[in-house]
Amino acid sequence: MIDAVGVTKRYGDRVAVDDVTFTVRPGAVTGFLGPNGAGKSTTMRMILGLDAQTAGEVRVNGKRYADHPAPLREVGALLEAKAVHTGRSAYNHLLALALTHGIPRRRVDEVVELVGLREVARKRVGGFSLGMGQRLGVAAALLGDPHTLVLDEPVNGLDPEGVRWIRQLLRSLVADGRTVFLSSHLMSEMELTADHLVIIGRGRLIADTSMAEFTARFSRKVVRVRTPEGGALRDLLVGPDVTVTAPETGLLEVHGLTSGEIGQLACRNAIPLEELTPVTASLEEAFMDLTQDAVEFSVHQDVLTERTAS
Amino acid sequence: MTATLTKAQRPSAAPLPDDIRVTQLRVMHSEWHKFWSLRSSYFTLAATLIAMIGFGGLFAAVTATRWTHMRPVEQAHFDPTAVSLRGFYLAQLVVGVLGVLIVTGEYSTGMIRSSLGAAPRRLPVLIAKAVVFAVITLVVTTVTAFVAFFLGQYLLSSHHIETTIGADGVARAVVGAALYLTVVGLMGVGLGFVVRSTAGAIASLFGILLVLPVLGEALPTDWATNIDPYLPSNAGQQIMVVHPDPSALLGPWSGFAVFCGYAAIALVLGAVLLRRRDA
Ligand SMILES: Nc1ncnc2c1ncn2[C@@H]1O[C@H](COP(=O)(O)OP(=O)(O)O)[C@@H](O)[C@H]1O
Ligand SMILES: [Mg+2]
Repeated sequence: MIDAVGVTKRYGDRVAVDDVTFTVRPGAVTGFLGPNGAGKSTTMRMILGLDAQTAGEVRVNGKRYADHPAPLREVGALLEAKAVHTGRSAYNHLLALALTHGIPRRRVDEVVELVGLREVARKRVGGFSLGMGQRLGVAAALLGDPHTLVLDEPVNGLDPEGVRWIRQLLRSLVADGRTVFLSSHLMSEMELTADHLVIIGRGRLIADTSMAEFTARFSRKVVRVRTPEGGALRDLLVGPDVTVTAPETGLLEVHGLTSGEIGQLACRNAIPLEELTPVTASLEEAFMDLTQDAVEFSVHQDVLTERTAS
Repeated sequence: MTATLTKAQRPSAAPLPDDIRVTQLRVMHSEWHKFWSLRSSYFTLAATLIAMIGFGGLFAAVTATRWTHMRPVEQAHFDPTAVSLRGFYLAQLVVGVLGVLIVTGEYSTGMIRSSLGAAPRRLPVLIAKAVVFAVITLVVTTVTAFVAFFLGQYLLSSHHIETTIGADGVARAVVGAALYLTVVGLMGVGLGFVVRSTAGAIASLFGILLVLPVLGEALPTDWATNIDPYLPSNAGQQIMVVHPDPSALLGPWSGFAVFCGYAAIALVLGAVLLRRRDA
């Protein structure tokens, strides 16, 4: 259980996290979603007391993280940035952390086994691949057998094998009844794992909703219509519950009507249609729409099509 | 969809014991393990050994062979203890770097976030690092100071210019070399927490220890006589003077106390900043 109430973090003039309130409920995966720079990593560091919030409060199982007599027993964390001395072996790194709490050595062996690092546990971490480093981070997070796990973009930069491993791990953690708070900048990651979503953009809370609710609300139907008489058709279609956008000339995207309704309307008004395709907007698009205004640096791309080049 | 199992039902092999929690002693145990699980610790301790014993022996040997050619003034000022302990000058660089590195090595690699995540009250980490470092360094430098002293006296004895450990002020000077070196390292630990970058902390430490006295000498004489004795390394090195000048502002132990005061300032400042700043 993690409670963040009115949490704000300022770095100088820059507001990284702005008055954010949410709850991570026990026994489920809460996805923490937001574009890059939204403030996810900062929020997670504040949960662990690594960064001090400018205002507000974060509690883990009712107390500030630092006030727990055995913090590793409460929350296990895999942070975004590396947090390992490169000169030490994986085993010695884990043992050093275990010793602070009096966690027995057999538990170190257990987590090493669990993440599949036994072969390389005695090797220096400096030579580890990204995937091995993530495994070591997960081992450290599991050391205290905590009920809550905080994982900051665990699949970022991993190869497909590593991604698959993390997903399986997440599933087994949830099957154990653990609370997982998982950040990502990709909706597709969340669709696979999250029960609940906390979405932020530019440091502000945008949504705090169950995955089911989010899907119901945002997986809207869109119909793509291609016609030489776009202007005329548009005037016919728009209404209180219908929005029409024209991403390019001759193409309309219609929300709020079925393809059948559009076809009949066009036929009755003798408007020729070249294409009529129902499209389901993905949750990824819904997420992008939601956070668009909040994206810090939107990328302006000049799209050069083959046609204009030839 | 998510099964809610109680803790006992979880498939984590055997349950963990009940007394798991962070204590100062456990954080020290962790720091002890951290120290001995890095190769650089062994290299640095070996370098301290070589600096103290190797250079002490070398200076003693050179002095012995040159003795008959030395002018009477030089011979009158000759101090067999100081010659055998001369390696401290180099050793302080090595020990200082070691003290800095046990802290800044964690900042440069990001390890500090793991350390503070495991001991989020933070102060126990600084205390554990300082205590573990002080114990290890004091033991190693005491042994090497005595070895350097006895080796030096053995080499000087060929010209019957040696002294004995029982002579006035000698034992204090030998133990003092170890104490001085240990406190240099502790100052490095404190500055490591203040500055957090390896290069910056090493530069500050040696600026304080080596550059300040040189600047002090450039002061007008009436200022210099009042200020120079209180500069950190000048004060600290009094403890190694076998025949202290009774009219000096700071004697061996008062000088060393002043030096400890500087190291304490660095550590306290480091502690305050460690508590306040983001990791
Ligand atoms: N230590 C820091 N100092 C200054 N600005 C920071 C620091 N950490 C993060 N930021 C800024 O805070 C914002 C949020 O960053 P971050 O939490 O890393 O976002 P995310 O993890 O969602 O990508 C960004 O604008 C970033 O530049
Ligand atoms: Mg991030």
